[in-house]
Amino acid sequence: MTNTVAKAASGDGARVSLLPSGEQRARLRRWRYAKDRISRYGVAIGGLGVVVALALIFVYLFYEVFPMLRPADVTPVSAYALPADVRGDQVVDLATERYTEVAGVYGRDGSVTFLNPRNGELLKRVDLPLPAGVAVTSGAPAEAKYGLLAHGLSDGRVLVTQHEYTVTYPDDVRHTEPEITYPLGDQPLMLDEQGAPLAVVGIQAVGEGYALAGATADGRLTLAIYSAAVSFMTGEVEIKREAYSLPPLAGRPTHILINKNMRNLFVADAAGYITHYDIVDPDEPRLLERVHAVADGVTIAAMRYLSGTVSIIVGGSDGSLAQWFPVRDEQNAYHLTHIRDFERHPAAITFIAPEYARKGFVVGDASGHVGAHFTTSGRTVLLEQVSDAAITGVTMSPVNDTLLVTDAAGRMHFLNLYNEHPEISLKALWGKVWYENRAGEEYVWQASSGSDDFEPKLSLTPLTLGTIKAAFFAMVFAIPLAIMGALYSAYFMTARLRGFVKPSIEIMEALPTVILGFLAGLWLAPFMENNLPAVFSILLLMPIAMLVVAYGWANLPARLRLLVPPGWEVVILMPVILLVGWLCVVMSPSVEVWFFNGSMRQWLTDVGITYDQRNALVVGIAMGFAVIPTIFSIAEDAIFTVPRHLTQGSLALGATPWQTMVGVVLPTASPGIFAAVMMGFGRAVGETMIVLMATGNSPVMNFNIFEGMRTLSANIAVELPETPLGSTHFRVLFLAALVLLVLTFVMNTAAEIVRQRLRKRYSTL
Amino acid sequence: MSLVNIKTWSKSGAPWIWLNAGAVAASMVMVLGLLLLIAVRGFGHFWPHDLMEVDVTSPDGTVQRVLGELVRSEELPASVLHDAGVQIPRDILTVERHLIKQGNRDTLGRDFVWYLAPRMGEPSYPVNAMVLERREWGNLYGYPLELKEGGQTVAQGEALWPALLARIERANDIHDEIRRIERQDIGKVNFRMEGLRLDERRMALDPNMPAAEVAQRKAQMAAERAELDAEYARLAEQLEVLYRDVKRDTLVAELMDGRKVNVPVANIVRASQPNAMSLFAKIGYYFDRFGEFVGGYPREANTEGGIFPAIFGTVTMVMVMSIIVTPFGILAAIYLREYAKQGPLLRLIRVSVYNLAGVPSIVFGVFGLGFFVYFLGGSIDELFYPEALPSPTFGTPGLFWASLTLALLTLPVVIVATEEGLARIPSTIRMGSLALGATKAETLWKVVVPLSTPAMMTGLILAIARAAGEVAPLMLVGVVKLAPTLPIDGNLPFIHMERKIMHLGFHIYDVGFQSPNVEAARPLVYATALTLVILIVILNLAAISIRNHLREKYRSESD
Repeated sequence: MTNTVAKAASGDGARVSLLPSGEQRARLRRWRYAKDRISRYGVAIGGLGVVVALALIFVYLFYEVFPMLRPADVTPVSAYALPADVRGDQVVDLATERYTEVAGVYGRDGSVTFLNPRNGELLKRVDLPLPAGVAVTSGAPAEAKYGLLAHGLSDGRVLVTQHEYTVTYPDDVRHTEPEITYPLGDQPLMLDEQGAPLAVVGIQAVGEGYALAGATADGRLTLAIYSAAVSFMTGEVEIKREAYSLPPLAGRPTHILINKNMRNLFVADAAGYITHYDIVDPDEPRLLERVHAVADGVTIAAMRYLSGTVSIIVGGSDGSLAQWFPVRDEQNAYHLTHIRDFERHPAAITFIAPEYARKGFVVGDASGHVGAHFTTSGRTVLLEQVSDAAITGVTMSPVNDTLLVTDAAGRMHFLNLYNEHPEISLKALWGKVWYENRAGEEYVWQASSGSDDFEPKLSLTPLTLGTIKAAFFAMVFAIPLAIMGALYSAYFMTARLRGFVKPSIEIMEALPTVILGFLAGLWLAPFMENNLPAVFSILLLMPIAMLVVAYGWANLPARLRLLVPPGWEVVILMPVILLVGWLCVVMSPSVEVWFFNGSMRQWLTDVGITYDQRNALVVGIAMGFAVIPTIFSIAEDAIFTVPRHLTQGSLALGATPWQTMVGVVLPTASPGIFAAVMMGFGRAVGETMIVLMATGNSPVMNFNIFEGMRTLSANIAVELPETPLGSTHFRVLFLAALVLLVLTFVMNTAAEIVRQRLRKRYSTL
Repeated sequence: MSLVNIKTWSKSGAPWIWLNAGAVAASMVMVLGLLLLIAVRGFGHFWPHDLMEVDVTSPDGTVQRVLGELVRSEELPASVLHDAGVQIPRDILTVERHLIKQGNRDTLGRDFVWYLAPRMGEPSYPVNAMVLERREWGNLYGYPLELKEGGQTVAQGEALWPALLARIERANDIHDEIRRIERQDIGKVNFRMEGLRLDERRMALDPNMPAAEVAQRKAQMAAERAELDAEYARLAEQLEVLYRDVKRDTLVAELMDGRKVNVPVANIVRASQPNAMSLFAKIGYYFDRFGEFVGGYPREANTEGGIFPAIFGTVTMVMVMSIIVTPFGILAAIYLREYAKQGPLLRLIRVSVYNLAGVPSIVFGVFGLGFFVYFLGGSIDELFYPEALPSPTFGTPGLFWASLTLALLTLPVVIVATEEGLARIPSTIRMGSLALGATKAETLWKVVVPLSTPAMMTGLILAIARAAGEVAPLMLVGVVKLAPTLPIDGNLPFIHMERKIMHLGFHIYDVGFQSPNVEAARPLVYATALTLVILIVILNLAAISIRNHLREKYRSESD
């Protein structure tokens, strides 16, 4: 079309058009359309990008949480026959190191064979320096991280070995060199003074030395503590030995375990009993109890300490697996107690290997099944058949990513393992769990500690309860003030006053919560502690005082009363509030003297109520303060926008303003008020700084208003910066964040939908 | 006069209306009271308080002279004291006690002590009592005796005070010079040294570089390093001279218990005799301290001195955030309002975006730490900064990640405000533009967007106000208690996005709750809180007034 116009202009000849030529205009038009398209796609990309970025929050949080849901699995890498002189059915212990480049097989014949675990290539063989004519009769490992092994000999002596791995980087390639050392010298040490063969031995690294215990076949028990000291005169290693004899055992011993704090010694016998010795004072060892640990007719086939030497895992000849540890009763006496059972294996347990640092263990049985179990969560994360023959040895690498298995057919199996988060189960996160050294099942959040042997306690229940507790007290404080305030400000207040009150409360919403938290923690908490009666008398007296003033006002002569017209009641009440507050504070010490023997805080403690300075009451007030504006402004909006003709109709029919409020306005606006409360609750649930600063942040499990709490959000703020990337703790914190996100998102969305419905309803009324 | 029947009165609903009014009144009292509390405590921090001298009789009968500032007083039931084992007459029920800041933490051990009013004598306010603000150990309260220069007395009596002030000023000048050299000159040398180290490492990591070039570059680096070493040696020498100079003078002062102590003048920041000050002197002193607070660096584990790095960090972070959030927020709003197909899906998206404003800020912090810092930052380090590994450059919390996290957090605020602004543009204007033949883009960018800029400004200001007060996510993504360097300095590339920053809100949390001497830090926390509150109230008032203005404007146009 433009083309023809241009032609016509040039065809005229006489007048030259001042318009740009057709070609130019076409170009301009194309350019304009191009710009239009660029703008369209640019904005779309930008806008969608932002939406995607926001959606990414959900996706990413879930992505971090997801690995916890992934079940453990194994993938076989290789299987091969062990070298001919390594008897697969005579394995005492298996060991490997961090990178699983070397596997050590301890044979019952006193040999140690180091292999390449991937292909079975022989790397090194060490024969223990045994005296002539002496054979190894028993062997037992200490806690896994020490790599210690005690070999009981046929002449009543023991030899202690330790396997160590030196990692070097020649030519930037990692090389692991295995080595056997003798921390107590390479000469066997006397354990049984009568020189009888040691049927069972047990070893543990304790303090600066090593505790060894041995039992002969007839039940004679000896405990000895050896320590090595380098003599500064000669430079030689001197071995000190302190031996103690224990009360004799009733049955034939099969396993000995020594606790590394030198508190307990447990001996399992052939009848299926565990004998519990107290060796706190080794000079006077006491036999505490003898506990039947397996079902009748079943023997204890394997028994090992978990890392930390608190829990014992007992494997029965019927394939049963159970966790036991000593529990203290009211009389301060310890009893070996059955804690929990694990999924039963199809055949007799043959070997138990604890994990290096966590509270899990792997188990082999006589039918060739290998299982991985975890105590805290009570989970059996894995139970798979690895071999056709009975399993004789199994071990997990210190970083839990590979599995080595030997079987009775003389084969070694190498498997890759995924077992990152066995400590997580629904019960471990939300249920009651019996943790080590506790007297019973509890809800505990204690994610880390200075000690290596620590059992992480990852129950989200106390945190969730704390979150609800904080939000609850905040709402108790905020809802009446905010909603009543909103009713008044939207319906009764004069416009001029409202023009001042509304922005003030909006500014209150913008106040950084760190400031509220700081005032709550450093000003309000000590103030309340010193003036506890004042707090309660204010809560009690304030409404009474208001009503008294109101009644008094109604009785004033009209001349005076009309000086302050209706809608300005706030102005009269503000000085009243200040006066009552001041009076309560001034009277507080006297009230304490009259009613509470001088100190209300002390009185509460005497009554049996714990009182923390930074408690739920402080949080309730401070956080209530933070959510009042949220609730107020949304509720006020909902009430204010109730169509005028409804209220005017009601008033015209003779209802009083208050009747109109209760009968017309409230029912109409109630969904909006409900939405406001939801929004306020959402804000209280996620609030971090106030809780962080105004409570002691101890994860408690009660609703005591005078105790603090720890909330999900504060917990994240406290712990996440110091949590290692990718650990279970890290992921649980992400889960907490996800829970918060979903919770608040759902609540806000529901509130939003309610509000939109309401808006629609108003427009149809 | 007959009373109103209480039954009819309560039936009329009046009590309820009054109670509702009471709720508003209580809320207002709380808001105003809170602002007043912060303002009084915050502004009061800088005022020179009188020094009270009072004799205190201890339970064993010895009389002790106490000199210090009265911090606060409280009344408490006598039984509390009985329980604590304090002996007071049984017949009194409540006892007043005073908290006195007696300073001298280094000599007296405790700088804040409660004294019971019955044990205190009549207070006096000696004119020669002085306060020394020191660089270490907090304030010193005492009486000046003599001024020494290298062991020789140079001033005493009347002449002492002016001489002391002059010498303090001299020491402060030298101290400023020392700090300038340490911070700027040596900082620059160190920065370049670190750059050289990284260059060298980068060269070692690059296997393709020809040997000749390597040799040449190495020679260059060696030369540069030698030059830097020489520069450093020169600066170190200069510093040594200054340090010797600054140590010249000492002040001998008497403490409240009669002990005489030597105070190096170099250690004094400010000296005053508040009891002798006139009102004008006090005002001058007030503004001097206020200036130091706003413009100075923190001392003594952040419990004294200024908060300049925190203000600077907050402002820088908020500016970087604004640069990120403004274009994206506006683009998203325009897309949602103008381009996207309206329908249930879009409604869902819109509600979701709006609701993100209500998601707890800590969740954004968790996302920022996991996704931005560890994932994005870790990848950036591997791609662009392999020479610095294993010490992370961007793979650790820092300014950029803090700004980005806050940008994400405040996106909904900007989007909501901008959308609202776009929706308020009367459709007649839009139609007019289109009818004149403008394309959609032209209508949008030349008509609609310019008209709605005030709405965008409102959104941005609200976003800034929210970001400035947010602390919880920042604890995870880049704010620290003490940053050694500012995020902007004279070294290339001038803005250091990877550096950690200090922040007003975090400063409040850290000083108020993590510092070992909370009582001493308290006034400073109030002052910091006041700064933050003022900042945020101003921003919000600006946003509110722009919004109201805007509403008025469009109301008249659309009618």
